[in-house]
Amino acid sequence: MAKKRKMPGLNTSSTADISFMLLIFFLTTTSMDTDQGLGRTLPKPPEEDQLNNEIKVKERNILNIRINKDNYLMIGDDYVSVSDVKERAKEFIANKENRPNLPELKPKKIKLLNEVIPVTENHVISVQTDRGTSYGVYFQVQDALVAAYNELRDEFAKEKFGFKYEFLTKEQQDAVREVYPQKISEAEPKKYGKAI
Amino acid sequence: MSRFNKGGGREMPEMNTSSLPDLIFSILFFFMMVTTMREVTLMVKFDRPVGTQLEKLARKSCTSFIYIGQPNEQNRGKYGSGSRIQLNDKIAEASEVYDFVMTERNTLAEVDKPFYTVSLKVDHQTPMGIITDVKQILRKAYALKIVYSANKQTN
Repeated sequence: MAKKRKMPGLNTSSTADISFMLLIFFLTTTSMDTDQGLGRTLPKPPEEDQLNNEIKVKERNILNIRINKDNYLMIGDDYVSVSDVKERAKEFIANKENRPNLPELKPKKIKLLNEVIPVTENHVISVQTDRGTSYGVYFQVQDALVAAYNELRDEFAKEKFGFKYEFLTKEQQDAVREVYPQKISEAEPKKYGKAI
Repeated sequence: MSRFNKGGGREMPEMNTSSLPDLIFSILFFFMMVTTMREVTLMVKFDRPVGTQLEKLARKSCTSFIYIGQPNEQNRGKYGSGSRIQLNDKIAEASEVYDFVMTERNTLAEVDKPFYTVSLKVDHQTPMGIITDVKQILRKAYALKIVYSANKQTN
């Protein structure tokens, strides 16, 4: 009677090493960096026939921020530093005291709250730079503007809903955004000052 | 006569390591899912600005990257030390951005096209002139969603 042979088990002790190698290969060739940044939407390119009639915005509704080639900052007619931008922007966007030189408040009905709230609907913040302005400063200003909007939204959300903006439901967030719409203009570049 | 004390030293039983490969494989698959392949070799160096109000990029698959900065040491001899634009694996002029955006967007599926985003990874010392040029071209190419890439401020 022939002896029944048993198949010897395959030695799998090296599988661990092989998979370790694969793991290390993937660790080195891939990157986990989650890209973060400030999102913006550019305006559509101007049509041929639209070139000449620029949209007129009332002067009180515009906050002009200019940065020159030496990275000096102007808001309206005042020289300011980057750290002042946020407060100035908040003051401008909210116009809580309804001052005549800040954007006009228009009553707007917010459906979710069933209230009429004065909103500076038509305000625009425009950031103009020179060709020589460094990107770092421009970015700091943009960041400060977003911070201003976020703080105002948080304040409003806390007052009305008792939570910060990010913890609200989608409908509530939409309502808050209606009160403080983000309007930062990616302006047409203007050539002024010395070009490089 | 004892049932319990059998003579002779007992050997420590070997640990069963047959499940070790499976373990490692699951870690491997985890990493393969959460990471993305490094697609380009950087030819410019950029130190991104620091921001506080950053959002995460929603869909990395619908995003193409434009790098702007000074050429790094290996490429400085060839391209000089001024700020340059890198598209994919080569240094390019601003005028080439249009074609780049068009080809990149055409590789996407039709449903993903509205979500197409361009991420600008720009060195903080770059003069705005280049960035404005790129932005104007992006507008012409109807790539209107952009992200100014930045590092999160750490306290």
